[in-house]
Amino acid sequence: MTAPRWIAEPLLRVDRLTMRFGGLVAVNDVSFAVGRGDVTALIGPNGAGKTTLFNCLTGFYKPTVGRIAFSRMGLQDDSRIEALTASARRYSRDGGQDLFLLERMPDYEIAKRAKVARTFQNIRLFAGMSALENLIVAQHVALAPASGYGLFGLLGLPIYRRAEQAAVEKAERWLERIGLRDRANDPAGALPYGDQRRLEIARAMCAEPCLLCLDEPAAGLNGHESAELARLLREIRDLDGVSILLIEHDMSVVMAISDHIVVLDYGQKIADGSPAQVREDPAVIAAYLGVEEAEADAIESILGLEEQK
Amino acid sequence: MSAPQPLLPRAFKEASLAAVIVGGLSYPIIAFRAEPDFNNALALTSRWPLFFIFCALGFGLRFLLTLWSGRPKPARSEAAPALEKPGAMTKSRWLAPLGLAALVAYPIVILVLLGPQAALKWVDTFGVQILLYILLGWGLNIAVGLAGLLDLGYAAFYAVGAYAYALLVPLTGLSFWALLPVCGLLAAFWGFCIGFPVLRLRGDYLAIVTLAFAEIVRIVLVNWDVVTHGEAGLFGFPPVTFFGLPFIPGPRGFAAHVGLPFAAVHKLIFLYFVVLALALLANFVSIRLRRLPLGRAWEALREDEIACRALGLDTANIKLTAFALGAFFAGIAGCIFALRQGVVSPSSFTFNESATILAIVVLGGRGSQWGVALAAVLIVGASELLRELAFLKAIFGPDFDPAQYRMLLVGLAMVAMMNFRPRGIVSARQPTITLPPAGERA
Repeated sequence: MTAPRWIAEPLLRVDRLTMRFGGLVAVNDVSFAVGRGDVTALIGPNGAGKTTLFNCLTGFYKPTVGRIAFSRMGLQDDSRIEALTASARRYSRDGGQDLFLLERMPDYEIAKRAKVARTFQNIRLFAGMSALENLIVAQHVALAPASGYGLFGLLGLPIYRRAEQAAVEKAERWLERIGLRDRANDPAGALPYGDQRRLEIARAMCAEPCLLCLDEPAAGLNGHESAELARLLREIRDLDGVSILLIEHDMSVVMAISDHIVVLDYGQKIADGSPAQVREDPAVIAAYLGVEEAEADAIESILGLEEQK
Repeated sequence: MSAPQPLLPRAFKEASLAAVIVGGLSYPIIAFRAEPDFNNALALTSRWPLFFIFCALGFGLRFLLTLWSGRPKPARSEAAPALEKPGAMTKSRWLAPLGLAALVAYPIVILVLLGPQAALKWVDTFGVQILLYILLGWGLNIAVGLAGLLDLGYAAFYAVGAYAYALLVPLTGLSFWALLPVCGLLAAFWGFCIGFPVLRLRGDYLAIVTLAFAEIVRIVLVNWDVVTHGEAGLFGFPPVTFFGLPFIPGPRGFAAHVGLPFAAVHKLIFLYFVVLALALLANFVSIRLRRLPLGRAWEALREDEIACRALGLDTANIKLTAFALGAFFAGIAGCIFALRQGVVSPSSFTFNESATILAIVVLGGRGSQWGVALAAVLIVGASELLRELAFLKAIFGPDFDPAQYRMLLVGLAMVAMMNFRPRGIVSARQPTITLPPAGERA
């Protein structure tokens, strides 16, 4: 049996990440890796620290302790990570090999340079702008230089017109993929909930990410829409070659599309492995279903968790 | 669900309540008037008839309003506005050239109709002044309307432009045209400077800081006597010239060169076209930028700042450009203001000025070029028209000064707007780019 991709070919590695808010430890010493080309699911009961971890990855929070290394080429070379950690720099780019330390970068730079895009638990579309405009704003990083930061565009130079045409075509392709081609000119806020969820994913994809982080993409969707979403995510992984990290409560979606599952409970990682492994894990079953106290103590002593009580 | 109350009793009930509220509010301020008598002691005079007139007015207005809003309405389908859209689009295509033609023709028509002497006021206060406010409104619209940055201190940038012109003319001896961009850039620089510390603020907090900044600028202008001459202000800089030709009677003047009889209105007509050209420039830049990545980023910032950052947009830069570009147009407007007035003093750049410009943008509809222009005409034009209503003195007595009711008018306009068009005169947002229906691709 070959080693799973998250060990053999990691794209993102989280090392001993801790996030404290005052006295509250939201994420406690969590380490895991995300494999290139995998769909990695981050699951756990409410309040387990999943969204906090997401916010640390995408720069919206600065983690209290820990390292988040990311490379679009894969993180095979530990010595480079150590060298960059020892330096004061946020990222390095030598010989086509890029490496980013996300915990040092501000949020917009993570999206712009490291190409990690995300969606939000409570949808954050540009509600007053049309669906098409949402997808074009997402391509700002590529379009702004082509517009000469406004100057070429202001003068109406062809260099910008061509760039914009390409952006519109890309947006149109995505609108077709998510079945919203006919509603391209409608304000995003006027779309039905399920469409808004898919549009937010398409918007994140228009930013050309290497890693797509989705915070509960199936929340509030009905069974049919969930199945549709699972199909879209599998397509993104297989056709677009984008790795996905998602938080999800809907186990039918998680089990259907995940290659790798990381389970958090009370800010700690309690399981990490393939869907089959995680499904059988007694700690996960205990965390999700709850068990008798005696049994819980027994499980905790097996896992060495009793000291946190 | 309970059945709705019959209309008449309901209207009567609500109107009575309104009358009681009006009575309670106006009792201390209208029923009695405190006036110093000949001993300089305060004496109360009662004004009961006036008090009851107000109560009756409150009753009557509320009664009519309830009847009007409770009248049976024709059922309106949700699809109706969408169907109207294509019509509105074709209408606006005609509207722009038509409006432009009207603006260009306006001073000439006025001149022909009224003659050079009577035209002075109409070209100056109703032409140049309104256009100046349109220019200011369009400038502020970039920050407030597009980028959603509530700026309560816009007059500060206006002041920077005006003082830059007034101070640089004697210092450098440069002409108006050379100093115009300098004034704009200086104001933009100040926009940049004020933008930096407030980058993390939004909404109310940003409004307070910009308000404070504008007060700082005004107080510096009042107190820095050596440079600004305090409250007296600066004056004595050269008046408008037609590319070097002064607007004076005699053989060296503009009128003699083009073979017209001298008229003071020529200067104002020239100024009118200068402001018109600059306002159109501001309009062009805003409309163009709205369709560019920068403008779309401004609007995205207004909609959701966090989502912007998640997409890799550097929100700090985007806010600074919005602030600076808005300030640039205020600086240009300030430069023209100095040229028009021939004197700049701090009293022209009070909070009142910022509030008027903001009222224009909000009343017009944040982000709408048409709405802002209409609102400027409405607010500035109407308050100037009040001065023309001197004949009302015949009715209300010689103490009646209609110009004092200016703010009341702005207030009424705001209340009417909140009731009938809560998002401004023009509230519909046109997308910056559209996809044709799938089959119709060329």
